[in-house]
Amino acid sequence: MSEAFLSVEAVSKTFAPRLSLGERIAAALGAPPAKRPLQAVREVSLEIRRGETLGLVGESGCGKSTLGRMIAGIAAPSAGAVSLDGDPVMRGGRKATTRVQTVFQDPFASLDPRMKVGDAIAEGPVAHGLVAKPQARAYVAGWLDRCGLDPAMADRWPHQFSGGQRQRVAIARALAMQPDLLVCDEPVASLDVSIQAQILNLLMDLRRDLGLTCLFVSHDISIVRHVSDRVAVMYLGRIVELGPAASVLARPAHPYSLGLLESAPRLSLDGRSTFRPIPGDVPSPLAPPPGCAFAPRCSLAQDACRAAPPPLSEVAPERFSACLRADVLTGRPPGQASHMSGA
Amino acid sequence: MSPPVLDVVDLTTEFALRGGGAARAVDGVSFSLARGEIVGLVGESGSGKSVTGFSLMGLIDPPGRVAGGSVRLNGAELAGMDAEGLRARRGREIAMIFQDPVATLNPLLTVGAQMRMALAAHARTPRRAADDRCAAALARVGIPAARDRLAAYPHEFSGGMRQRVAIAIALLHAPSVVIADEPTTALDVSVQAQILVEMRALAAETGLSLIWISHDLAVVSGFASRILVMYAGRVVEQGPAEAVLRAPRHPYTRGLIDSLPAAAKPGEPLRQIPGGAPSLGALPPGCAFAPRCPRAAGACRAAPPVETREGARAWRCLFPLEAGA
Repeated sequence: MSEAFLSVEAVSKTFAPRLSLGERIAAALGAPPAKRPLQAVREVSLEIRRGETLGLVGESGCGKSTLGRMIAGIAAPSAGAVSLDGDPVMRGGRKATTRVQTVFQDPFASLDPRMKVGDAIAEGPVAHGLVAKPQARAYVAGWLDRCGLDPAMADRWPHQFSGGQRQRVAIARALAMQPDLLVCDEPVASLDVSIQAQILNLLMDLRRDLGLTCLFVSHDISIVRHVSDRVAVMYLGRIVELGPAASVLARPAHPYSLGLLESAPRLSLDGRSTFRPIPGDVPSPLAPPPGCAFAPRCSLAQDACRAAPPPLSEVAPERFSACLRADVLTGRPPGQASHMSGA
Repeated sequence: MSPPVLDVVDLTTEFALRGGGAARAVDGVSFSLARGEIVGLVGESGSGKSVTGFSLMGLIDPPGRVAGGSVRLNGAELAGMDAEGLRARRGREIAMIFQDPVATLNPLLTVGAQMRMALAAHARTPRRAADDRCAAALARVGIPAARDRLAAYPHEFSGGMRQRVAIAIALLHAPSVVIADEPTTALDVSVQAQILVEMRALAAETGLSLIWISHDLAVVSGFASRILVMYAGRVVEQGPAEAVLRAPRHPYTRGLIDSLPAAAKPGEPLRQIPGGAPSLGALPPGCAFAPRCPRAAGACRAAPPVETREGARAWRCLFPLEAGA
């Protein structure tokens, strides 16, 4: 049951700065670098189990999409490796499997405006021999129907679809490749609330019926809580907390997860506000603090937190936190003397 | 009770369509705003909530026009007022904040220069005094080292700080009404919460009245004292936030609340509203929500329902939900 289906091993992603000719000459002559590389993802290890949905949550710039793209085989890791069932997802900088497919946030950008949606859906499966060309039409019709669209829509152009319908097309196109793992990168972030529910229901139905494994990347905690079995919280390139969605989001073991939960607005029926902000801003990923990246905003931070990034370690069965003071949050017997009362 | 700061009656805004006819983006919107009050204007894309904001500001350009209704700001009628009169009030009595501060701030000018321009639009102020006022405005919205930041360019601020600059500019002349059009939608939740908390304190301290336009019921629920729900250009329900959210009378409001993931147990299907929003150019003759509504009957399709008022609440529905449901 708990075998690793997809495994991410010590993956990092660094974006090198784009240097002008002058800067490259200066660097060759030994001048100190004017621009620093941006480390979007730092030594992340995790696994996704067969059949589960892992929610990946964090704020903009935390590296969640970059991690999602490396898992999807779209971006090559700078270090570390991603493998599915023991086989690498990428080989030689190119995607090496069709078993992982992605649904992106913006269905307007992910469909070629000059290609009929039926052709866009058929393109991949035909090229990879999943279906013979003569049968492609029926095959596409089946997937459109499965995704709640009229099969006759195969002959329409992307601009003839609403946002919600386009996202259905994008889902149909990803599923037509018969993936085992579906990476959903903010699939409902640009949709209206009433349409959002339709797409989330569709994704949950398909996942169950097709036995899909899912990585669900989102900034929205309430959505992640709804669709995920386990959840990983990212902050400035690292996973700071990982565990079963229900327990992590009910009782976080990292101050950042707690802050994220408390600052997320929830529907309040008594008119009282339900959000409490995290003080300060996310530090620049170009110059992250030496220790825990959250320490400058954290009320629990001690000197040890500022020395080195705390590792992600097990704080309770199935629960992992990269906080030296997780015991304060979980209320577990403290490893060392603690004068803080439960948060 | 003191008279409302802003009183809107039957505001209607139309956009001429190619080939004749007009789309009503705002259709008979009425509400009033008390001093220090925060009203949440909620709706999905295309519901007319932003156009309502632009109409109140007198910022509708052809082919659009405010086709009818009355907007009284501090007692003065804005509908039909000439451009000069509007310009004298815009920024000084009524101001607007937009979703994208990158689009509202000039990337080539320092923040200080832009703020001094906004100041000079309504008041001649010596340079030193102007800088003092600008720095104070920045400090009030939580920008640290405000005086030094006047010399910084917009790109030197983070997204949240940039939106704070836009808010500071809107508040420069201490307007009585600020229309905020999804100002925190592009921001992270932790920063959004900071700004919401600051804006609420500001409204309580200074008596500023806010119209907070948002697609996010959850944001508005803990922030606004009154809620207006828009659908296809019409306010389909309005009332005190608590009452509207606890026991909505309009089926669309109910549908919006129920479709939030928080309304269902994790993993269970969400209650979705079937179908999609109608096009404003081709609205059904009756209630615009009828094609998606579980309660709709023949009468709903005949003519748009008129507003029913009951105390502080109002709705446009022939078959409203039970008061205590």
